Amino acid sequence: MNEMPRQLELQSVSVNYGDVVAAKDISFGLGAGEIGCLLGPSGCGKTTLLRAIAGFEPVSAGSISLHGELISSPSHNVPPEQRRVGMVFQDFALFPHLSIEDNVGFGLRTLARRERRRRVEELLELVGLGDFHARFPHELSGGQQQRVALARALAPEPEIILLDEPFSSLDSALRETLAVEVRALLKARNVTAVLVTHDQHEAFAMADSITLLNEGEIVQSDSAYNLYHHPRTRFAAAFIGDGALLTLTAADDKQWLPEIGLSPDSETGHPEPGALVQVLVRPEDVVYDPQSRVQLTVLRRAFRGAEFLYTLALPDGQQVQCLASSQVDVATGEALPVRFNQRHIVLL
Amino acid sequence: MEIGADAHTNRSLLQLPRMTRWRLALVATALLLSLPVLVILGSLALPFSPVWHHLIETVLSDYVVNSLLLMAGVGAGTFLLGVSMAWLVAMCEFPGRRLFSWALLLPMAMPAYIIAYTYTGMLDFSGPLQSWLRDSFGWRYGDYWFPQIRSLGGAICMLSLVLYPYVYLLARTAFAAQSTALLEASRSLGLGAGRTFFSVGLPMARPAIAGGVSLALMETLADFGTVDYFGVSAFTTGIFRTWYGLGELNTAAQLSSFLLLFVFTLFAIERSSRGRMRFHHAATRGQVTRIQLQGWRQIVCTAAAACVVLAGFALPATQLLLWAAGPGSAQFDAAFFALAGNTFMLAALASCCCLGVALLLAYGKRLHPHRVETVAVRTAAMGYAVPGTVIAVGVLVPFAWLDNQVDGFLREHFGISSGLLLSGSLAALVFAYLVRFLAVSLQSVEAGLARIRPSLDDSARSLGASPASVLRRVHVPMLRASLLSALLLVFVDVLKELPATLILRPFNFNTLAVRTYELASDERLVDAAAPALAIVLIGLLPVILLNRGARAGNE
Repeated sequence: MNEMPRQLELQSVSVNYGDVVAAKDISFGLGAGEIGCLLGPSGCGKTTLLRAIAGFEPVSAGSISLHGELISSPSHNVPPEQRRVGMVFQDFALFPHLSIEDNVGFGLRTLARRERRRRVEELLELVGLGDFHARFPHELSGGQQQRVALARALAPEPEIILLDEPFSSLDSALRETLAVEVRALLKARNVTAVLVTHDQHEAFAMADSITLLNEGEIVQSDSAYNLYHHPRTRFAAAFIGDGALLTLTAADDKQWLPEIGLSPDSETGHPEPGALVQVLVRPEDVVYDPQSRVQLTVLRRAFRGAEFLYTLALPDGQQVQCLASSQVDVATGEALPVRFNQRHIVLL
Repeated sequence: MEIGADAHTNRSLLQLPRMTRWRLALVATALLLSLPVLVILGSLALPFSPVWHHLIETVLSDYVVNSLLLMAGVGAGTFLLGVSMAWLVAMCEFPGRRLFSWALLLPMAMPAYIIAYTYTGMLDFSGPLQSWLRDSFGWRYGDYWFPQIRSLGGAICMLSLVLYPYVYLLARTAFAAQSTALLEASRSLGLGAGRTFFSVGLPMARPAIAGGVSLALMETLADFGTVDYFGVSAFTTGIFRTWYGLGELNTAAQLSSFLLLFVFTLFAIERSSRGRMRFHHAATRGQVTRIQLQGWRQIVCTAAAACVVLAGFALPATQLLLWAAGPGSAQFDAAFFALAGNTFMLAALASCCCLGVALLLAYGKRLHPHRVETVAVRTAAMGYAVPGTVIAVGVLVPFAWLDNQVDGFLREHFGISSGLLLSGSLAALVFAYLVRFLAVSLQSVEAGLARIRPSLDDSARSLGASPASVLRRVHVPMLRASLLSALLLVFVDVLKELPATLILRPFNFNTLAVRTYELASDERLVDAAAPALAIVLIGLLPVILLNRGARAGNE
């Protein structure tokens, strides 16, 4: 027990609503200054977990500790206002009756007036809204409100910041830039943060580590890279990125589908001949190659500007997708020569 | 954190978890507020005194029959007036429609007992109308027949004239929300405007109308001033007489419990019709195309609406004004202002208490919206359906018991008498108002709270504010308008309230309503005009508020 406690530690946390289990046996942790993400479809329990960390939901099993201090367990629940946990809400939740200045200063009641002003000033400068003190929330754009919400959550210098789908009510162009901006800001101040989102691009842009959830349970906790390239379950493979899941029978320990050159490698291991295997093929792993002997029929194609997304038929009737430069213009029904990029084919 | 650990190891009552403390406060308040109703219902378990024989042999059948007739008459009257006016205003276009759409609400400002005195003054033998008839035709007393206003029929007319706005308001909303497509479908299937109304419009608005009529009937059962003044023996006057005249508090409580059965039936009807309304509102709404009335039909409609407003408000209000401003009455003297001051102080006190309790209950329920809280809040709000007379008796019984206990204890141990501490004090009166009018402020507060997003609460909590401090720093400032209207509505209701005040007021303590009642009972109608007028004028405030709300809802 002499090692430094982690900034946030969840141990086997379960949260129930009556008989409904919203989150089950969840464990993960974050070091100081790390940004973690809870990713998953709606109803996967990610928001429930966030609310449990904030203290709005009691846990029914397990424990949550912050900086080594127990804050939630079935028998012990520190009220939200005593946790030093900052939160940014999906709808920003700015107080409509208070000016921007008073919103940001809301959590600074214990400070002397002058100190409070200084802190508010500093935070508004930080989020680039130095001239907005006297405005009211409804006079601000969505992106500006978002930044005020962040400044307000940061103002009391919490142990951790929780962000609940913070970009979902903004338009998509703004989302990307804000996500990058917010990450830079959190990193610059070495703030530990948990982001909840259903949008993988947001997760990739913001987080150091991602915990993928489904139906209240952890599917995979990993880096963004590993989640994309090494999903460990069908759900992870299907939820993250595009791609086709092929069900194949191993012809022998060297080949799966000899006619198209899909074969096992050191990473996937060598299956028994005759064994059923599932292989994830991402669109960018099927590469256009005019030299290739493998010719697959084009079933559909979608023009995306810079590239075409082709849907191709395998000899056995299964389908894969191929991302090719939009210079490669092959009509539906004709054959497209492709090569399978071995490195990215994933065995499940 | 140390605070959490402390609360964990050392649990006294004050250090119970917050949630439990809020819950305890909520349940205790609800129990206290339902005490009068429980006492009344509990009185049925007490032995029935010999007075009951007397009651059954003489007056009980009168009470039941008269109350039933009154309900039937007022039910029919409010239905006819309310539905016809609502339909005209919502579906037809005629000169003055916009004016009448709010003017038809004005009678709400007129308490039934005041309109009753006023009409009595206008239509009595010595009143202006009969005097004019005698002068014009040379008739003398006994030469002609004139309807007796102070009768059951008169009471029905008076109550219908001031209670129809309940039906009007709900039916108007329902008619206006009906899809024109449905009505047009009916027309295209060959039904005329009239038959369309009876076979489509009216049935679709039925839940709203049923709700409005039951509200009007609850008010009818609660009415004391009108029936008492007209000498109609109804339940409320019976209860009052049993206690005041016969001194039989328990018997009065038992009588009250029978009245409560009537009330709860109506309450159940109103509740279930409210539930069905949602279902009927599902139809989508097209652009309203009102029937453009032509020629004599226009004139008839305008005249009908004008008659209702005249009869329900304009005429009696003018008469009050004439009396109050007339010669020979030093109406607005120091005594009047002392009386008004008394009344305002009492109403302000009661409305502040109501607001405080309403905030406690509504916010407690918001913090923990579980079954216990929901039931507690609903129980506490039940008093609105209970007639003031019944609540007064229900307050008097436990308070008198408590006084007797304290007095007995002091006499026995210290040889001194405390007399009546609680019963007959302002506290008892304010408590009765709290029971009766809490629902009014609760509704305002709950509606306001519902508009505040829960994320604002969470956000304030995560910034270090305790639940109480969230209420103070976030909700109260945001709710200012709702809180003001809650204060105003209760203020006006207290101002108009008669029977509970009459029974519970401290000795020699008068309010505008009680003074009006006393003066009118002494046939000093002209002198009663000043306090009555004050009540009516202040009663206009919530009507204006209601009208503004309805208009905002339309836009």
